[in-house]
This record gives sequence, C-alpha cells and structure tokens, in this order.
Amino acid sequence: MPELNLFEEANRQLVICNACRYCEGLCPVFRAIETRRDFEKGDVFYLANLCHDCRACYYACMFTPPHEFAINIPQVLSEARVESYRQWSWPGFLGRAFKQQGIALSLAGGVILLVVVLGLALIGPPRLFVMHTGPGAFYAVVPYLAMVIPAVALFFYGLAVWFRGTVRGWSETDGKPDRKISGKALAEAIGAALGLRYLKGGGPGCTYPQQRPSSSRRIYHSFVFWGFLSDFVSTTLAFIYQDLLHELPPYPVASAPVVFGALGGVMLIVGTAGLIGLKIQSDRAPANTRAYGMDYTFLITLGLTALSGILLLIFRSTSAMGSLLVLHLAMIAALFATAPYGKFVHAIYRSMALVRYYVEHEHSAKG
Amino acid sequence: MDPFDVIVVGGGNAAISAAFAARHIVPRVLVLERAPEHMRGGNSRHTRNVRCAHASADQFFSAPYSEEELFEDLVSVTGGPANVDLAKFAIRQSSMLPRWMSQHGASWQQPLAGTLSLGRTNRFFLGGGKALLNAYYRTAESMGIGLRYDAFVEDLLIENDKFEGVALKTNGAREVIRARAVVIATGGYEANVEWLKRHWGAAADNFIIRGTPYNDGAMLANLLSKNAKAMGDPKGFHAVAVDARSPKFDGGIVTRLDAVPFGIVVNKFGRRFYDEGEAIWPKRYAIWGGLIAGQPDQIAYVVVDSKTIGCFLPPMFKPYQSDTFPGLAAALNLDPGAFTATLSEYNRATSGKIEQRLETPDGNGTQGISPPKSNWAIPIDRPPFYALPLRPGITFTYMGVAVDETGRVLTQSGAPFKNVYAAGEIMSGNILTKGYLAGFGMTIGAVFGELAGRMAATNARA
Repeated sequence: MPELNLFEEANRQLVICNACRYCEGLCPVFRAIETRRDFEKGDVFYLANLCHDCRACYYACMFTPPHEFAINIPQVLSEARVESYRQWSWPGFLGRAFKQQGIALSLAGGVILLVVVLGLALIGPPRLFVMHTGPGAFYAVVPYLAMVIPAVALFFYGLAVWFRGTVRGWSETDGKPDRKISGKALAEAIGAALGLRYLKGGGPGCTYPQQRPSSSRRIYHSFVFWGFLSDFVSTTLAFIYQDLLHELPPYPVASAPVVFGALGGVMLIVGTAGLIGLKIQSDRAPANTRAYGMDYTFLITLGLTALSGILLLIFRSTSAMGSLLVLHLAMIAALFATAPYGKFVHAIYRSMALVRYYVEHEHSAKG
Repeated sequence: MDPFDVIVVGGGNAAISAAFAARHIVPRVLVLERAPEHMRGGNSRHTRNVRCAHASADQFFSAPYSEEELFEDLVSVTGGPANVDLAKFAIRQSSMLPRWMSQHGASWQQPLAGTLSLGRTNRFFLGGGKALLNAYYRTAESMGIGLRYDAFVEDLLIENDKFEGVALKTNGAREVIRARAVVIATGGYEANVEWLKRHWGAAADNFIIRGTPYNDGAMLANLLSKNAKAMGDPKGFHAVAVDARSPKFDGGIVTRLDAVPFGIVVNKFGRRFYDEGEAIWPKRYAIWGGLIAGQPDQIAYVVVDSKTIGCFLPPMFKPYQSDTFPGLAAALNLDPGAFTATLSEYNRATSGKIEQRLETPDGNGTQGISPPKSNWAIPIDRPPFYALPLRPGITFTYMGVAVDETGRVLTQSGAPFKNVYAAGEIMSGNILTKGYLAGFGMTIGAVFGELAGRMAATNARA
C-alpha cells in the first residue's frame, strides 16, 4: 500500500493492540507497544523490525479478518519492514529492489553473468577447462588479486550501505535520544539475536508455517546463521593460512578452513532449503506475500552460493574445477552485491531493534 | 450409524473440557460447535485467564492464594453463591486446573505489566483465550474427538427425561445424531436481543454485546421448554462500560473503558448521576454497565482533562476533544449550558487537590454536591478537555439451568434428567447470582466441563 496509508493503517491496528494487550506474553513487540500511545513512522519502523514474523499474535487474535477490526499485525509490520529497508537503503534506485524483485533479480543475474563472461573472456578455455592441482591451483585459474579486490570492494561497499542505514534507522526510531546503550542491554540483544529468542512464539514455538507451534523454522534459521558464520570463519582461517603461514590453497580436506567451509556449506544448504520449503507451505493469511520474492531471492542466492562451494570442493581435483571456481565466485559476488538490497539486511535491522528494545526495557525498568 | 457415547453441544472452554474428560473414558465423542471455525470457542475466545486456588507461588503465580480466600472473594463480589456446595467444589477443583489444562495443551505467561494486578490470583493464558482454544482444538483432534463446525442443534430429543439424540442443522442440511449422553455447554443468551427485550424493553437495542453473536440461548430455551429448572435472575447480566462506538457484537476487550474514576460521568442531559469515586477497581469496573443501562437512552459520557487523559489504558476510539466545556458539549451533542454548569459545579466542589494516588481510595472527595464523588475528586480544569461516550457492554447473562453435584441438569420437580449434563455459563447461575470475579467464569467452565464430561461418559458406558 502507499506509504501514507501504510502508516495510518499500522497506527490504527497498533492502537487496538494497545487497548487489548493480550499478546504481551508473546514477544517484545507488544511490550514495546505498551510504552507508547501513538504510533508514528519511527515507532512503526521500530516495531516492524522488532517483529520476527512468528505470527503467534495473528492466531491468538480475536479481531483478525473477517472481524471488522481487521487486525493483521504480522502482515502490516512486514509491509512496514520492507518499507523501512527501502527508505534506509542507498542509493534510492537500488533501494527500489526491496519492492521490485525484477531489480534484485537483475542485479544478481547481471553480476553472475558479468563474472562468468569476464571469466571466459579473460581466462580463456585452455586455462579454464584443464586440471590444476597443488598449492596455488585456484590462482592458476583466477589470479589472487582478481579474486580479492572485487570481493573486498563489494564487502566494504555493503558494510558502508548497512552502516549508513543503521545510523539512519537508529535515529529515526529513537524517541528519546538521551539513552545510552549499556553493556547489559547490548549483551541481551546479542543473546536474543544469536539464540533467535523471539522465534519461539512466546514459548511453545513459532506458529510457522501453519498454526501449530513448531521449532522447525528456528532450527533451519539457526542452520543458516551458524552455517554462514562457519563459512566466514573458514574464509578468515584461509586468509591466516595464506598470508601469515604462507600456505597456498587448496588446503587438505582435514584442514581447518576446509572443515569449517564444508560444514558451513552443508548447514547453509540444509537451512536455506528448509526455510524455502517452510515458506512454500506457509499460511498466506498472516503473510505479506509481496515480500516473498525478496525472501526467496535471498535464500536461493545463499543456498546456491553454498552449493557451488561444496561442488567446487568435491570436484576441485578434476578439470571441472576452473568452471566451478568461476561459478562459485560469481555466486559470491551476486550475494555480496545484493546484500544491501535484499533480505540480508534483516540481520542488521532486527539486531538494531533488539538493542533498542533492551535499552528501552532497561530504562522503563529503572524509571 | 451407531450412537455416539457423548455429544457435547458448544465449543468453548467448558465444551472442550467436557470432551477431553469424556474422551478419556469413552471412544466416541462428538463436539457440535455452532459457529464457523474462525469464530469457534464462544466467549472463551475473549477471555485471558483463569482463577485458581494454589498453596504456593510458582513460575506463573506471584504468591499463594488459598481456597478459603478465593471463597471469601467470591462471596464479597457476588453476595454469596446460590449453591454453596457447587461453589466450594469449583474452588476445590480449581487448584488442579493449571496442571490439567497444561496436559491438554495450555501455555501460560508470566505476570507482566498488563496482568500484574491479578498475577497472584489468576493464571494467564499465553496469547489469551483464543490461543488457548487453538491449542485445545488441536489436542481434541489428536485425541480423536469428532468436531463439527456450523453445527446448530435445533432440538434435543428427550423422552421421559432421557436424552436420545440431537436434531442437527448444518448449513441447511438436517439430520438426527444419537448419543448415550449429552453435555450442554452453549453459554448464555446475552447475544439474543429479542430475549433481552422481554426484560429490558427497547433499552436492549442500546446494549452492546461484548462477546460472540452466537450466544443466543437456543439450547437454554430448549432445555427450559423441556421442563428443566431455571437458576438465576432472568433479567440479570454482567455489564461494564464500553465505548458507545463499539460494534454491536464481538468487540471484546478493546472496547472497555476504565476512565470513570479519573473524571466525571454525565448522562444525555449533561448531569451526573452516580458517585464516580465510589469503590476500588474490580467492583467499580463491574457496576458501570448496569448504571448506564438505567440512564435515559442508555448513554453516558465520561469527561476528563489533560491531567488525567494518560492515566488509564489508552482507548481504542479517539476521545472527543475541546479546549472549552461548551465546545466539548457541542462535539457530544449535549446541551452546552447544562454540561458546563455540571462541570463548574463539580470543580467548585473539589478541594483543588490534583495529586493522583489511584491505587487505593484517597479520601479526596467533593463537598456539597449530589451525588458526591467520594475519592479522586480531581478538578477538570486543564484544557484540552476530553470525553468518551459510554454504553452498557454486556459480558454474560446469569440465568441458566440448575444442576446437581454430578453436573446433571435438574427438572422442575428437582429430579435430574437421566443423561443430560450442563457446564459453563449455561449453569453458572448455580454459583454466580450477581457481580463477577475476574477469571472465575473460566474456572466454572473448566471444572464443570471436566465433571460433566466425565460423568456423561461414565453414564454412557454403564
């Protein structure tokens, strides 16, 4: 819906929630509602990012459609969340990718195509389709700097866009700027984010994909998160091996970078496939189905990146290594390039909202 | 088709509790819920907690609450139960409810800001009554209890005080379903405006029904027509003050207004009619529905100012607002002269003290006006001024059928029907005659649902 109507509608629903309060045991969104009376754009954006879309409140609510109050908090907050992603993004024309999956898909597809075409053109079939083994085998196909410079550039570009968005988001959602972030609040927020504390539907489990509480989403999401972290650790270890220990990849199967990398890759594949499967089965009634494209794009990009990495590991001592390496690098480039313009940002903004929540919570507990 | 062992008519807390208890004993149990699936559960959908006695605090109760204390609380708000033995039975059984309900799927929440005042005496359902019912229906399905929605029982087939079956109408299709025993747990008749009109006349058109539109008392009327003995005042209902702009039915919790002690209440003539500072919370909350029902056109307006607008739970509907009394009167369509005179007179009668100590009666009353405001008499003098329109919001009706100590419905002769049981609001008149104790309706529903289901199943097996 148009931006203005979105905030009016969110405010309408949140005022009714505030008069009810039955959901306060389910998650922090409702406890944060109780400390407010009116819900302006910043409040809506804050609550939207605090919401984990577990949907327990939808099934608990007596006032969901067809009731004339037409309460659907997971849906309206999802719409507001996507709008906050867009507004906090930069530059504006790429931020539209949150609303128009064509842009996100073109960006991902364009990057993949670019890397593959460049790979074919610059490396050439003689080098690409023959077997390379031994230390430095990967760099025999793609030179080290050709790998590192674009990767580092994309990584820091993404970080910069996120940082900008976080600063903007923090100030827009801040009703009381005098509040300092205490170590305790930060620790609570990190604990909540890492443990996915609020994907439990208040205790019995997330009401996802359907009304029956279930831990499946939390488990798959944990696979994705810890798998991603494991791959991040693998990359860092590879950097240490290469630049500090002066050992060139590929590393042996039993080496730490390969173990972390393979483990992370498998976890990512299982996790993303599981989340895609759950999303396909998910109840559309509490959903903002317009955001599904964004979710699928991210999950598929992430899953395929992991899959290409695992395939590269399996076939690295065959003549397929060169093409698989280019493909894997293309997937990583696509993942990084779309990271500031896709579902990846939820990790940043949800964490930010959790910090905000625990700061507020501490404040209200004191005062 | 073989007869069912037990048919349960209804779909709320009492009905599903009865079905659970019956299914533990007999295999063929059928629940007939009149509402469509999304409206299942009657007024239990709108509940939030259950009152239980308990010997010690736990994760969800902040402190002990003895059976004696619960009984005293019941007596103090209701003036004494109609049937003391049944009331004591409910209280004794209440202590087993947390465990029994958990075993059947209930999840709980710890007392938080919105629930603290009842955190010692009442146990809160995580997500409220609808979430509880969702869990209950899932459990019922997994236990193999038959469930039918949109299932309207047109008639109970009863011969020589023995139940034979129900005449059922589902989406226009009629059939007879036989069973060896029946539990009626269909709530009150508060949603039947024609029935209310028999006792209240045209005023009933101005009542707002807070709960499900399906509680029209069809089963109660059917039982009474078959010589069941009535219990409770047929005119009696429990009502609170709700926003006059609420929907006619099913507005639930969000329409209630708890602003009365923070200001004054005037009727359609702009005049005060009752002491707004009379009593402390639970009682005060419960009397205003009835008071407004007694006013012309069943409408009233609570007026506060900018000092107190933030003191009560934020209302769902926007208050009317003006910087002057005549301006506010105009917004409310009241006579500005009378309205302004009432407010000025009230303000002159206050001591001018604006201190707000609202936890307990503060003794800060008015001087020389009638009716007085005996506590929290804070002047209404700081604009903008706010007003909210009030109507009686009916929660439930008291009259039901008499039951014996096994939950069996009694006939007018005092002898029970052979195999007809009742549970929940339809028999709560055996205990509640007036007033209300928060969360005790769910206690009655669960305790007598369990009892009726168990006894009906035992009867069916015999």
